[in-house]
Formats: sequence, C-alpha cells, structure tokens
Amino acid sequence: MTTLKFDQVSKLFRSTARGGGLTPALRKVSFEMQPGEVISLIGESGSGKTTIGRVLLRLAKPTSGTVTFDGKDIASYSGRGLKDYYRHVQGVFQDPFSSYNPIYRADRVYDLVRSSYFPEVGDKEWSDKVEAALDAVALNPGDVLGKYPHQLSGGQQQRLLIARALLLDVKVLVADEIISMLDASTRVDVLNLLVKLKRQGLAILFITHDLSLGNYVSDRTIILRHGAIVEMGATGKIFGNPQHDYTKMLLTAVPELHKKWQHAPLEPVAVSANGAGGGLDAATAEILTSDAPASALAQASILAELTHAEQVVKRDLRAVFGGGRAVASGKSQVAVALEPPALHEFEPDHLVAEPE
Amino acid sequence: MSESLSEAPAAAVAATGLPGGPGAASAPPRRNDFLHYGLRNRKLLFGLGLELILVLVAIIGPYLAKNPPMYITPYPLQKPGGQYWLGTDLTGYDLYSQLTSGLRESYLVGALGAGCAALIGMALGFVAGWRGGWLDELVQMITNIIVMIPSLVLLVVIGSYLSSRSVLFEGVFIGLTTWPWVARAVRAQTFSLRSREYVDLARLSGKRPLSIILREIAPNMASYLFLVVILLFGSSMLLAASYDFLGVGPNNVASLGWTMNQANANAALNYHLWWWFIPPGAVLALMVFALLIANVGLDEVFNPKLRES
Amino acid sequence: MSVNVENLSVAYRSRRGDVTAVDNVSFALADGEIMGLAGESGSGKSTLGNALVYLDPRMKAAGGTVTVDGKNLPISDNNAMRHRRMTEVSLVPQYAMSALTPTRKIGKMIDDLLKSHRVKDRAEVITELKRRLALIGLKEDVLSKYSFELSGGMRQRVTIIMSTLLNPSLLVADEVTSALDVSSQRAVGEMLTEFRDRGYIKSAITITHDLSILAQIADSIAIMYAGRLAERAPTSVLVDSPLHPYTQALLASLPEVGVRHDQVTLTGIPGRPPSLVNPPSGCRFRERCPFAFAKCAETPPFEEIKPGHLVACWKVSQENADTAGAGQGLPVREKV
Repeated sequence: MTTLKFDQVSKLFRSTARGGGLTPALRKVSFEMQPGEVISLIGESGSGKTTIGRVLLRLAKPTSGTVTFDGKDIASYSGRGLKDYYRHVQGVFQDPFSSYNPIYRADRVYDLVRSSYFPEVGDKEWSDKVEAALDAVALNPGDVLGKYPHQLSGGQQQRLLIARALLLDVKVLVADEIISMLDASTRVDVLNLLVKLKRQGLAILFITHDLSLGNYVSDRTIILRHGAIVEMGATGKIFGNPQHDYTKMLLTAVPELHKKWQHAPLEPVAVSANGAGGGLDAATAEILTSDAPASALAQASILAELTHAEQVVKRDLRAVFGGGRAVASGKSQVAVALEPPALHEFEPDHLVAEPE
Repeated sequence: MSESLSEAPAAAVAATGLPGGPGAASAPPRRNDFLHYGLRNRKLLFGLGLELILVLVAIIGPYLAKNPPMYITPYPLQKPGGQYWLGTDLTGYDLYSQLTSGLRESYLVGALGAGCAALIGMALGFVAGWRGGWLDELVQMITNIIVMIPSLVLLVVIGSYLSSRSVLFEGVFIGLTTWPWVARAVRAQTFSLRSREYVDLARLSGKRPLSIILREIAPNMASYLFLVVILLFGSSMLLAASYDFLGVGPNNVASLGWTMNQANANAALNYHLWWWFIPPGAVLALMVFALLIANVGLDEVFNPKLRES
Repeated sequence: MSVNVENLSVAYRSRRGDVTAVDNVSFALADGEIMGLAGESGSGKSTLGNALVYLDPRMKAAGGTVTVDGKNLPISDNNAMRHRRMTEVSLVPQYAMSALTPTRKIGKMIDDLLKSHRVKDRAEVITELKRRLALIGLKEDVLSKYSFELSGGMRQRVTIIMSTLLNPSLLVADEVTSALDVSSQRAVGEMLTEFRDRGYIKSAITITHDLSILAQIADSIAIMYAGRLAERAPTSVLVDSPLHPYTQALLASLPEVGVRHDQVTLTGIPGRPPSLVNPPSGCRFRERCPFAFAKCAETPPFEEIKPGHLVACWKVSQENADTAGAGQGLPVREKV
C-alpha cells in the first residue's frame, strides 16, 4: 500500500534574470513512499528538494504532474478537505526560530492546532494530550510551555514543532533541513527522535544537503540535481555503490573527520558554458565548475507561481518577488531541458539516470 | 533523554545576542521594552504632550467661549484682549470662539479622514499583498488611478453639485483620496511577511487567509501601522485646512482653514489685522508639528537602530 | 610566532549588565598555520575571531593583548585599526556573501576598496587580482557582474579574494563554508589552503562549527566552550585522541558517511551551555560533564598536557600528573 506517490511532477518558475524564460525547479519527478519509510531527499541548493517538500505540503502548486496521497490527488483538496489533509501530512522547516511568530508564546502553535482540529476538547484532556506529545519528543513540559520562542534553544524549538505534528494523526512528516541550524550536540538527539518515530510507523521525507545525515537515518535515498532525480534506491546501495557521476562527486567532496579529500591541483580551468573542464578528471572539473544556481531558486516561495504550463508560455505574470533575485550565471538555465534524463535500473531498488 | 534547563534564568539573554545575521535568535522587543523606551524618548513625550494640550483646548475651549463661533458680535475689528480674548474680525465673529471650534472641527476631520483612509488602504493592501497575482494587479491599477486624479479638482466638481458640504463629507472625501500610499506600504510589508515560516505553519494548521492576516501578519506590522495612522491624521488635518482655505470646505462651520480663508479674502494682511490669521495658522502648524515630532520619536522607539544611546 | 593572543577578554553591554563573551583566552599561531576555531553557538568563537579585526562598537576589549608579527595590535582603537585592516589583519565576516552591495559591480567594489586603502599601484594589484581569480577557477568577467548574478560559492570566493588582496598576515574567516553546497565548500576550503601555500596570507583562523571541514583544512584546532578555550591541539591529535570531555562528546555526536542508525547510535550532549550573563564558577562544562568531580568547582587552567596539546580540565590535568598516559574518556567512536 503506497502512502504517497509523486507522478511526473514538474514545477516551472518564471525566471527574473535578463532574458526571462522559464526555469524548471522540478522536472518530472516520480517516486513513491511507503508507510513507516524514511526517504532522504539529497541535493544541493537549486536541486528542487525544498520545492518537493512544499508541493507535498500544498504550499506550492505543481505546474504539471500529480501527487497522490492514500490514492487521492492532493490538488483536489480545498477548504475542509485541505484541513483534513493536514491532519495526516505535516512539515517542520529549517529555521526553528522563524517558525514561531515572535510576538506570541511558543506554545501558541499548539493552540492553533487545537482551535482548528480539536475545538470541543476540554482543557484537561488537551493538556494531557500535549504532555503526551512532549513526552514523545523527550521534552519536559515545565521547561517549554509558557515560554517565548527566544527563550528556547534551537533543539527545543524543533522538538516542539515535531511534537505539534504528533498532536495530529500524522502519517507523513516533511522534515526540511530541520537540523542544519542546530548545534552539533543537539542534532543527534533530533535525529534519533526521527528514528524512533519512524519505528512507530511515521513516514518521513528527510530533506537535506548533508549526505552523512541522510545516510544515518534513511531507508531509501533520492539524489536530486537541477530538479531531476539522478539516482534513487535503497540507502545502503546508493552510498555503498554509487553509479552516477554526480553522486560520486558529492561523496568525494563531503568532508570527513578521518579521511582527507583526495587532492587534485587547482589549476586555472577554462570554464565553458556547459561546465566541461580542460584536461582535469571529471570529478575535479565538476568541483571547480559546478556552481549551482543561486540559492534564490531553492527558496521556492519567492518566485511567481504559475497555474498551467500553457499560461506559463502565454501570460507575462510579474514575479511576486521581483528584482534582485536573478538566477545565477546562466549555466544551469542553458543546460537544463524540461525532459529529465531517463532512469534505468542498475540493480533491484537502485535506479540511475543517464548522464545529461 | 530529557533536556532540562539547568540554571538558565527565564528571560536569559541569548548568549549570542551579538551581531547576528539572518535568523539569529536574539530576543525580540517586548511590550515593556517599548514602554521603557517610549517613556524616555523626548521627542515622543514632547509631541504627545503638545498634542494633548491642544486636544484639551479643543474639548474645553468652546465651553469657555462667550459666543458661538458664527455669532456676529456687535464689536467688529476688536484687538485681542479685554472682552474678546482673541479679538473679532471684520464681520464681528468672536475669533477665540472660532479658533476653539475650529480646533474641534480639525480633529474631527482628521479622525474621519485618517480612519477612512486607514481602513480602505489596509484592507486593499492586505488583500493585494496576500493574494498576489491578478488581484494584486487589479488593486495596483486602482491605486494608480486614484493617485492620478487631482483631488482638489474633484472636490470642486463634486462640491459644486452638492447643496451643502459638511464636515462628514470632507472627512470621507479625504479618506477616499489619500489611501493609496497606505495600501502600497501595507502591500509591501504583507508581501515580505507572508513568506515567513510561521505563516506557512499557520496554513499547515488549517487556518484561513483572513485569520492569518489578522492574527499573524498584522500584529507583526503593528508598530508600522501605528505610525501610518499618525501620519494620516496629521495630513488629513492639513489637507482639510487647505481645502477650507481655498473655499471648498464645509460652508456651515467655522474651521481653522475657513477663518484663514476669510482673513485672506478680506485682506487682513494688508490691514495689519494679525490677530485674525496668525492664531489659526499657528495652531494648525502646532497640531501637525506635534504629531510629526511624536512620529519621529515613535520611530526611534520601535526601531532600535535609530536610538541614540 | 606570527600571531600571539594573551589573556584576551571581550565583553558586550546588555541591559542586564556586561556579558563576557570571551573570557581570558590565550593562544599562538605560527607562520603558515591555519587554526580552526570550533564551538557551538554561544561559545564566543565568532566574537573572538571578529574582535581581532573589527571590534563591534557594542563590544569592548576587557583585557589582554594581541600581537601580530611582533607588533601590538590595538584592537580597541578603531582609528589605529583602520590602517591595519586588510593589510595586516583581515576578516571575512559571517554572511559576508549575502552582504555584498547589490548595486555595484564586483570590479567597482574592489576598485573602491583599493582607493579607500590608498593603494598606489592599483594596476599592479588588479593584475594580481586577475591571476588569483584564474587560480581559483573564476573567470575574469566576474568583475563585471553584480553580486546577485553569482552563485553562493562564487560569491564566497569573491569575498575571500577581496579580503586577501592586500596580503594580510592574518585572515579570520567566520563560517565561510556554512551556507554552501558540498562542492562549493570544498572549493572554498581548498582555496584557503592554497592561498596560505602561496603566501597570500601568512596564517588564518577559520571559525566554524563543522569539525569535519576543519579536519580537512586546518593544521590545528581550538575548541571553545562558553567563552573559554577547552582544548587546542594539532588536527590529527584532536580528532583521533581528544582529551577534554566536551571534545570527546562532540566528536561522538557526529555522524559520518557510512554510519547508519541501526549500526551505531550516536549520542548528543544533554543540557545547554550556561548563560554568560551570570556564568557559573569553576569549569563551565561542569553541569553537563559525565566526569565532573569536586575540584571542578575551581576554574581549570588551560595548560599544556603534551607538546602542542593544551586542555582546560582537572580530570585530564590530574591524570596527566598521576600517570604519563592519556586520559580515559568516552570511547572514541571506532571508525566504521
């Protein structure tokens, strides 16, 4: 039984760079998610990983393709239906502090849930529920209730938000870089919490750029690049036997405590439009020239939302956040076509894309 | 494993409250912070104090007048002093009475105009900022049209069709013609605030847009909205006085502008009848000046970077 | 010694009183050494690094001296420091890449920089600039672009080039790799070592919370906790055999590629760093330390346990005095 299915989901943004044109943030992404499964979505900035999370959370609308949850197309929900959808699908974001409205107390986020979903529940019953949720995330109610967000640490803030999701009957949690802004000593606690929740049946979409985190916590891994999937499958297989050049590049570039980077000399490289280096091995050339598009792209909420692919071409909608957010040096725009490279099966549960 | 707060005091200063970049979790201003700085800001205190005095005069003043403002006394062109504190004008109106009732009218019009403009501007600004897209385009179009219409000409045209113009009419008219900048400012702020993550979280909690705008976005703009209203108030009063001075204001009450209109029409300057036009002008200037000073002070209170100390 | 910091303390004023963000810190850098300054938020690492180059007006140096190339560095005197910035000491602040003026082209910005420092041979410096750009793989046309036309990695490298153009003796780089993609991180990290190798900078202090990056580029690492130095050692020593309980716990909480939750369960450190408004007496890690004992109520001295390896911990000092061996701590996680 599939909980979640992405089917050929694409999202196009109208680029605000000179020359305009459309930038695909997602290119026909397809994958499935089972109950209780942790999938890590790994990619650098501009890969589209945050966009996938936002599309799943109905905070952004795909230009084409469908997202199905428990068999139903999520685009069909609105009003009450959407509210019900959020009972089962919730998200936690990267910056814990920004997720709280700074003028209210932190636990107001629980009051929002209560007024929307549990209006008839009595005070005692509600506070029991809250305490149970806090207990599940290893927080002491006395430490966190009644406080303002700035009085809590990043780890506490994040756990409070995870507990919020647990108040509902959540089946899928979108965790978008939730620990990248936490201190090293608290990261692991939140990670272990995710593992514990997974064992209790929660499916988690773990979005990250950090390969070691993805490896630690997930069952399956999807590697994203420029909006398309380049490698997908069981985590052990991806990390143990990476096939795509991009995955290999990522793994060589990750800094590790006990292993030094393989050094290639930094020579001046002729950077051509499609990024091919002169005379150096592909991995090094990639390292030197793969300046991924500006992170402006990754912050998917900034640019214009478009409704249909046809209107995209015909209508000239002004970007909601115009000016100053132009996309970077043109390399990725030039190189990327709407049609992503095809995926073929390298081994069971290990799909690799053709080189682009 | 429970994470217990060992000994950190409840309102602990974030140890990093240092030059932090985006996302630094330093303590946001609390209401008693505003109070603390507000009570110490000289500009704010001075401005508010002055305004308060004028308001008191507006409230109590008319009761101390011996004659109603439009009552023609038998002693025209009296210098100030003696029976008529501010003297009388050519027709014989008691100028003190005119001044104090004029103050009242000014405040009334100011409040009306500011209220209307604020309501319309904020409503349109929130809607345009929240929805974006075609609705935003539409609102911007309307805004641009209103901005382009010369309000004075419009007032003259409309006014000539009306048998009588009242303070209510003037206030509403000012409200209907001065809201554009409010709408633009509110729209810009709303755009910026609506992409915050706590707004996303409210959406994920099943909240409707209206609830989100009123409970999440507007309170974060509260200080800004406050300043907007103050500025609107001041400009409405000034605008009303200008209309009155030009003769297109209400024709049945004595207002500051109207008095100055009369003074001008009767060449008071040439005849050295200074007590006719200087008091209303001075009082008007003071009213607006006090508000603007208070506004600058309030800006400093709300924006820590502007504080001197 | 290229850089010598002795008993440096930096405090800032807050409504609740003075907060000592950096408390009595001493260390020395040799010529050509890249030191990593690591710690979590609130440790004071940013304050320390920034204070060496630009002391924010809200802060004040509350004691101690800084010497660069044998000369005293007057960090409290803004006017005196102005002449030394960029030429003797230089800083790449945190979020620098987001702070580039969006309305000026990169080349123009650099030109302004050179003018403000009254550099005489601008043409020569520009030639050198172009060589360095090519060295790190940036095309010359970057100079005619605006900052928002560049990607994050490119912007970061441009800021580093700008900061090192006048060949400072000391470069302080504050979280320069944090907001970058993995490939850009590597590019920037290797750029720092390359610049040091070629003599564009003499020594550098890299401030970060990411120990694995430091393991790649730093010669030595200093760990800060709650405003004080906890441990300082050459990189390989610190990573393989850390002595301070905080360092050990920190290393034990880092997931590495290849490690899965069903193989090894990582552990964090319970509790939070103490508030610096009213810091506890004695060792500041005491509350969270599994080895704390009575003596920890006194402030442990930051002393040299082995050549080049300094630790501020009573347990380590005692064991060092008793035996000649390394302290026993949490088992360093076996490499998988």
